[in-house]
Amino acid sequence: MIELVNISKSFEGKQILKDINIKFAKGKCNLIIGQSGSGKTVLMKTLVGLHSPDTGEVLFGGRIFNKMTIEQQIDVRKEMGMVFQAGALFDSMNIEENVMFPIRMFQKSSRGKMLDKVNLCLDRVNLKGVNKMMPSELSGGMRKRVAIARAIAADPKYLFCDEPNSGLDPQTSILIDDLISDITHELNITTIINTHDMNSVVEIGENIIYLHQGQLWWQGDKKNVLITDNKELNDFIFCTALTKKIKENNDKK
Amino acid sequence: MRMLKNFFMEFGAYLLLMKEAFKKPQNMHIFKRKMIYEMQVLGVDSIPIVCVISIFIGAAVVIQMILNLQNPIYPSWIYGFASRKALILEFSPTVISLILAGKCASMIASELGSQRISEQIDAMEVMGVNTASYLILPKIFACLLFFPLLIVLSIFIGLIGGGFGGMANGLSAFHYVEGIRLEFTTYDVVYAMIKTGVNALIISTIASYRGYTMKGGSVEVGIQSTKAVVQSSVVIMIINLLMTNLFF
Repeated sequence: MIELVNISKSFEGKQILKDINIKFAKGKCNLIIGQSGSGKTVLMKTLVGLHSPDTGEVLFGGRIFNKMTIEQQIDVRKEMGMVFQAGALFDSMNIEENVMFPIRMFQKSSRGKMLDKVNLCLDRVNLKGVNKMMPSELSGGMRKRVAIARAIAADPKYLFCDEPNSGLDPQTSILIDDLISDITHELNITTIINTHDMNSVVEIGENIIYLHQGQLWWQGDKKNVLITDNKELNDFIFCTALTKKIKENNDKK
Repeated sequence: MRMLKNFFMEFGAYLLLMKEAFKKPQNMHIFKRKMIYEMQVLGVDSIPIVCVISIFIGAAVVIQMILNLQNPIYPSWIYGFASRKALILEFSPTVISLILAGKCASMIASELGSQRISEQIDAMEVMGVNTASYLILPKIFACLLFFPLLIVLSIFIGLIGGGFGGMANGLSAFHYVEGIRLEFTTYDVVYAMIKTGVNALIISTIASYRGYTMKGGSVEVGIQSTKAVVQSSVVIMIINLLMTNLFF
């Protein structure tokens, strides 16, 4: 389990995160939602250690991550996988080398075994025959899937996804959502997803965290996110014409 | 005052980055492979430009010697002798280092900067990779090992170019070779190699710092690459002056 205790973070005097306390459940898809500028990305980067919090603690399985030495942090990071918004695939490496990277870096196994693992991961994200292709030759959706394959290659305990659906068409978004959800349950890992996508919220949101102006504003699951009376959350969820109509229809019923 | 404060802050950040970069590689096999790759990109690929520049510099130096030292009291070997000294002590290690600063520093800074802004470095960090050591150390070692070879090549090609330039201006090959061989001391070559090593360190570390610590978007890649070239060139010239005073 991952836990945030009293986390605050400021940049140049502007407070981005304000005293945040969250528990992310193991084996579930934890979604962080909120408007642009609400602090989602800063929160995600604080979780993985790319930013250090001004106050508070980030706990991974009871271990205080932000107070560890760099060497201790590296050991915890070997248990993490992360899917970045733009994929962040290594453009000098082909797909096979990208997925193999975390295994080759830290595990001592034969090339044959590593290759088997790479093919298993690529198979898992429904990508075949792309091993020798370069990231620039793939579509946005395929690149996201390669990023997921790379993130799960080293058998992580924690999976972080920063807006995995951004820039994708609705059908591919659903595929990516399903993939992340399936992997989370299959491997029993703690998954944390930053998203704007309301479809993801209602499909895979087992633990939803709504951030508003850097504060934890609401927490619940996909069943009660649509029926909450929290004004700011409702304004956020039902802001498009389509969602407004759905809300009106639901209210009439 | 503010500029001085910024300078010390940047210098401190540079030293801290180098402290991280010089840590033992997490995977020695990958480090060796990366170093060989960097030697190819930063060293082998620089051979054509080094050869072209050296042959013209060598020829120009000898022609200038012939034109400016035309006096009956000077022995005929003076042109080869003076050209050799100039090439080994200054032109090859310093001018070629400046050329390499232009080529390699911009390449290193833009490569690392692009990796930074496309979150590739962040992705490695989240995996637990010591990115400073993984990305920067192979470049430093590749430069340290390969640049001296480039300078030896540059001296050799420069002397050949000087021979052509001299013969085209009436200098006999015999007198030119006599001048090149006269009172040859290995100290000059050792000095050139030490200077090249220092220059290699300056180019690779300043460029790596500029690229690795880059913030912002694609415009910043160009700005930081230019800074890498300008700063490494200026530092090379300052260190060159200090080393000349120190060694001679």
